[in-house]
Amino acid sequence: MTAKIITITSGKGGVGKTTAVANIAVSLAARGQKVVCIDGDIGLRNLDVVLGLENRIVYDLVDVIEGRCRLRQAMIRDKRLPELHLIPAAQTRDKSAVSPSDMIRLGDELREECDWVIIDSPAGIERGFRNAIAAADKVLVMTNPEVSAVRDADRVVGLLDADEKGPASLIINRLNITMVKRGDMLAVEDVLELLAIELIGIVPEDEGVIVASNRGTPLALDPKSRAGLAFQNIARRILGEEIPFLDLENHNLLQRIFTGRKTT
Amino acid sequence: MTPLFRRKKSASSAKERLQLVLIHDRTDLSPSVLDALKDDLIATISRHVAIDPTEVDIRIAHEGRSQRLVADIPLQTSHRHR
Ligand SMILES: Nc1ncnc2c1ncn2[C@@H]1O[C@H](COP(=O)(O)OP(=O)(O)OP(=O)(O)O)[C@@H](O)[C@H]1O
Ligand SMILES: [Mg+2]
Repeated sequence: MTAKIITITSGKGGVGKTTAVANIAVSLAARGQKVVCIDGDIGLRNLDVVLGLENRIVYDLVDVIEGRCRLRQAMIRDKRLPELHLIPAAQTRDKSAVSPSDMIRLGDELREECDWVIIDSPAGIERGFRNAIAAADKVLVMTNPEVSAVRDADRVVGLLDADEKGPASLIINRLNITMVKRGDMLAVEDVLELLAIELIGIVPEDEGVIVASNRGTPLALDPKSRAGLAFQNIARRILGEEIPFLDLENHNLLQRIFTGRKTT
Repeated sequence: MTPLFRRKKSASSAKERLQLVLIHDRTDLSPSVLDALKDDLIATISRHVAIDPTEVDIRIAHEGRSQRLVADIPLQTSHRHR
């Protein structure tokens, strides 16, 4: 096994990184890929609750790095999806407990253990971000169609280029078609023109995301969820499949009933 | 005041504002630095050849993620030797 390591980062906080890591990891695991996701947000652990694994934590990322446990002991295996594993963040430490070279070492060890490593980056461009991208083979930058999120995404894309971690690919999350149609939200093409990077996914605004995080069951597996389908499509693109980006703006209910399928 | 019904859609304001902000974030060239540069350029060129300062256009063009400084400086037609 030689895993590829993917990091999801954003600059701005709260754009949906943790949600994306959980859903992409679940989608890959559901396709039989062995996945290890790492919560890189030390001190603000969240991926565990989004995945519904919070009660199973014994060891965390800092325990592995400081040698208090073996790597496999810190990999929590999801009972619902046996291919899915989580290395949780330490909650009572801060980002300075880990260095970029620690992450590179951990990444090298993990490559032998699975097919994919997905790292959830904290917001910002400081130490936590540096740690999260250090081992990455590919970085996905997430943004919302909104001025400050796009501006911060641009900063991060620039930093990744300067660090030779680019070119990054873009996920646009929380797109609200109704607002785009009435001219009150940046359209996908606008964001792409501004950031000038490759697109890998468009995720609609969807209440189901919050319902799913309430329950701790990522919605990627719900066949009725549009956001879930969007995350699945990202996972399939990561696996090298060519999945067209469907035109969200022309996607109405009638069309859906008529063609009998859902698209994102 | 622009009448309400003709007000620009907020998404196009967002796009235009971002276009400017991103150029300045990427290049470290603020609008005031660009203005100073323009003044210097006009002064220097005017020492050698007649130009109309109001016609000078200096802006940053971008192609993908890289930027270029583009100057369009029309020269005044010389009438003296006619
Ligand atoms: N597509 C979506 N539709 C609706 N709500 C969403 C969507 N994506 C994310 N959210 C909600 O937005 C909030 C922030 O999401 P999340 O925690 O994944 O962001 P984050 O980028 O990881 O934040 P942080 O920078 O703090 O780590 C959550 O409440 C989440 O449920
Ligand atoms: Mg997060």
